[in-house]
Amino acid sequence: MMSAAARANPASFKVIPSRLALAAEVLVARGGLILLATGLLVFLAVPLVMILIRSTENRDGVFIGLANFAQYLRSPSFGNSLTNTLQFSVTTTLVTVPLAFGFAYAIQRSRIPYKGLWRNIAMIPILAPSLLAAISFIYLFGNQGWLKFVIGWFGIKTIYGMPGMVLAMTFSSFPHALMILLAALALSDARLYEVAEALGTSEWRKFMTITLPGAKYGLVSACMVIFTMAVSEFGVPKVIGGNTAVLAVDIYKQVIGQQNFQIGAVVGLLLLLPAVVAYGIDHLVQRRAQALLTARSVPYQPRRARLRDSLLLAFVILISAALLLVVGMAAFGSLVKVWPYNLSLTLNHYTYGFEEAGLEHAYRNSLNMAVWCALLGSAVTFTGAYWLEKTRRDQTEGLNFLRPVIRFQAMLPMAVPGMVLGIGYILFFNHPSNPLNFLYGTMTVLVLSTVIHFYSSSHLTAVTALKQIDSEFESVSASLKVPFYKTFWRVTVPVCLPSVLDIFRYYFVNAMTTISCVVFLYSPKTTPASVSILQLDEAGAIGSAAAMATLIVVTSGMVTGVIFTLEWWLVRRTQAWRNTAQS
Amino acid sequence: MAYALELEGIHKAFGDFVALKSIDLTIESGELVCFLGPSGCGKTTLLRIIAGLERQTRGRVIQDGRDVSHAPPAARDYGIVFQSYALFPNLTIEQNVGYGLVNRRRARNEIKARVNELLTLVGLSAEGRKFPSQLSGGQQQRVALARALAISPHLLLLDEPLSALDAKVRERLRGEVRGLQQRLGVTTIMVTHDQEEALSMSDRIVVMNQGTIEQIGTPSDVYERPQTPFVADFLGKVNVLRATALGEGRYRAGTVELDLPVDGFAAGESVRIYLRPEDRHVEGDIASLPNRLTGKITAIDYLGTFCLAELACPGLGQPLLISYSLNQMHDLGVRTGNEIQFALRVDRVRVFAERAST
Ligand SMILES: Nc1ncnc2c1ncn2[C@@H]1O[C@H](COP(=O)(O)OP(=O)(O)OP(=O)(O)O)[C@@H](O)[C@H]1O
Ligand SMILES: [Mg+2]
Repeated sequence: MMSAAARANPASFKVIPSRLALAAEVLVARGGLILLATGLLVFLAVPLVMILIRSTENRDGVFIGLANFAQYLRSPSFGNSLTNTLQFSVTTTLVTVPLAFGFAYAIQRSRIPYKGLWRNIAMIPILAPSLLAAISFIYLFGNQGWLKFVIGWFGIKTIYGMPGMVLAMTFSSFPHALMILLAALALSDARLYEVAEALGTSEWRKFMTITLPGAKYGLVSACMVIFTMAVSEFGVPKVIGGNTAVLAVDIYKQVIGQQNFQIGAVVGLLLLLPAVVAYGIDHLVQRRAQALLTARSVPYQPRRARLRDSLLLAFVILISAALLLVVGMAAFGSLVKVWPYNLSLTLNHYTYGFEEAGLEHAYRNSLNMAVWCALLGSAVTFTGAYWLEKTRRDQTEGLNFLRPVIRFQAMLPMAVPGMVLGIGYILFFNHPSNPLNFLYGTMTVLVLSTVIHFYSSSHLTAVTALKQIDSEFESVSASLKVPFYKTFWRVTVPVCLPSVLDIFRYYFVNAMTTISCVVFLYSPKTTPASVSILQLDEAGAIGSAAAMATLIVVTSGMVTGVIFTLEWWLVRRTQAWRNTAQS
Repeated sequence: MAYALELEGIHKAFGDFVALKSIDLTIESGELVCFLGPSGCGKTTLLRIIAGLERQTRGRVIQDGRDVSHAPPAARDYGIVFQSYALFPNLTIEQNVGYGLVNRRRARNEIKARVNELLTLVGLSAEGRKFPSQLSGGQQQRVALARALAISPHLLLLDEPLSALDAKVRERLRGEVRGLQQRLGVTTIMVTHDQEEALSMSDRIVVMNQGTIEQIGTPSDVYERPQTPFVADFLGKVNVLRATALGEGRYRAGTVELDLPVDGFAAGESVRIYLRPEDRHVEGDIASLPNRLTGKITAIDYLGTFCLAELACPGLGQPLLISYSLNQMHDLGVRTGNEIQFALRVDRVRVFAERAST
């Protein structure tokens, strides 16, 4: 089989890379690491530090210690805002997580039909700005609400305030909790259930003693994520909060309304606190969860159970219908003349918005921003993760201390509410002596802040993808005298392309819908669509606000569809080598 | 003439954990040397240090007389095959094999000829257009080998190259890899924890344990003349008898006295006698031989062409494993419950002081 083929001139294929080539490779490895570290430093760490500094200065930039904190904490508005914020966040968490758990349980642990459909419907809120839900609930239960009488049954007088805020936030945060719980319930050891069955354990007892404890870490994680989202949510309270003051809106009023950056910085730090605590708890818990995952387990196959499946199906249909109702209401509201008095269909809200309220401009801005975020974000995140995880330590000798620093900074944005990041950006980029001052108010700064804001999840996706491919590609490449960056381009990128597209999609959709960070950074020229919804709502043009929100949903939905198709096509086209994973 | 490879005092620590302790080793040109040892003993780490993929804490690596201790992998002269093969999944077999040849300012047809030559060499000339995932494990292994050989390295490094294959394929490939290595005359280091593989393929074996070299020698050296209890224990099956030295080559195990051609222990010293199951006389005129024993067969481990019988010998105080060929089994009536007589064959027996034993 191995024939004695002639060994033609073997030495002739010997390759000795020049000193220059070796030096170039080292330079690329080091340069990439330095670039990444610098980028994260300038666009994440320094702005955050600026908040810390400014919170201890007076208006003239003189250090005054904790006087700003004392002033704010003593102000009558603080106690009120804090109570409201906590009530809002805790209630939203207590409503969302159980609903999402039920939904996830139905998908992963029952035999209900059309699971893919329900799952996709449940993801729709991700495509929408959180303001859309607020607008919809105003249409449904507001003063002229079509279903206003329903809230009366629950003794709620008006949707404006806590009830509306919680409802809208539940809609927006539902898919985020669902994704975590779907993953948590996907991992389960069938053998535990088999043992329990052999012992004649009742269904309820199995649920309490196996299912719930198994999903414990996912539940904690989901609670923390939802809590953090609600604490830092700005759009929902602004639109449907009525007179209910929350910390996030306070910041906005202080910074944008009164140009009081010091108090803004103080509130920003206070807002960072619960988020960091929640993130820290989640981090600790996840660390312990790792150990569970490494155990070899047999996937659980749910069996048919008539009653359980029917009840769960009813529940899933109910939730899906509610989610569709909320999106559909906004879309419908944007298409009728005068809700709810004249229901004849019209495109007036769209044409009015486009012709007179600058919506066309805002929509273009958002598209522009989303495309740039997606391009820049996916390129930087994936390349950065590669440089961080796959370059050889001996090539970056002396710089290896940067790796843990970068890793930490890459995960930091997850714990930083968008508003806090936004304030940091104002304080830093608007500083007269900052040479980067020219960026302030530009599209570039919107793009950069948004990329940073959504960096953590994308970074995790990239790292996961990189960890799944053979760890010796770089070693083989070095032994063949091929510089690592060529192998990155020829092998790593093509192999990981589906994940890169995922990151692209994630950035695009989030850039379309984000508001909390950019609301501090836009200029009249760069107003994004999500911010324009806020402005239209303030101006009382709720129809056009709904029109804009609908347009965003449709756009992110279409782009998501296109990218999914692209991924599907790509995987199909490359399945010759993708299909059977090699050992 | 310089050695193909010299390692001087290689030491490697990962934080507090010492993975390699002062490793000294020289390898001649054209040799196939196996690093053999249990999991975690540092074989891979040593191989990666030779490749420059891991940096030693102390010590020198000298290749063909050139000190490459601090050279990056690309400045060293070797080809490597990993346990996972690390074939690039999105490139065809041809592209994989030619991966190190492109960008070398070589004419396209020259590269193509070289790739074809290598694919022929490993018997895969018909598979060039396929992707790695479309080949069997054994074929993938040969592609990895061809890719490593493409750049005409002076040194070939193989990290458990056959361990991902099933037993049958593995046995066949042993011969093929060895044949290819001898034909090309390329100096080769192979890491394995499979002793059969090491014994059948190597010119020399480096037996490693917990970051140190226990013994370096030819396969028959390490199997027949193990220098340490670890080596005797690790390679093949062995009976370990607790005994007391009586001086002048006499030992007592239980109440049985044995006369062995091994001395150097003070009378009264506790020792362990290492005796392989095949080191026995079972046929012919046993009655006239020294170190005769009688045992009752308590269990038989049937292994096809031979068997291992567990014998309870009165006075010895510990069971003894003795091997019988299939024919001997039938001729001598080796059956559970039977009594059987045999004599120890002592020319290969090893004796170690108890404190040296593990
Ligand atoms: N990067 C590392 N950091 C810390 N410890 C390491 C690292 N690499 C290897 N080790 C440790 O060094 C020891 C030797 O590892 P090595 O991979 O060389 O073992 P091996 O002999 O090849 O074992 P195996 O047969 O399992 O492949 C092991 O205990 C391992 O845990
Ligand atoms: Mg190993």
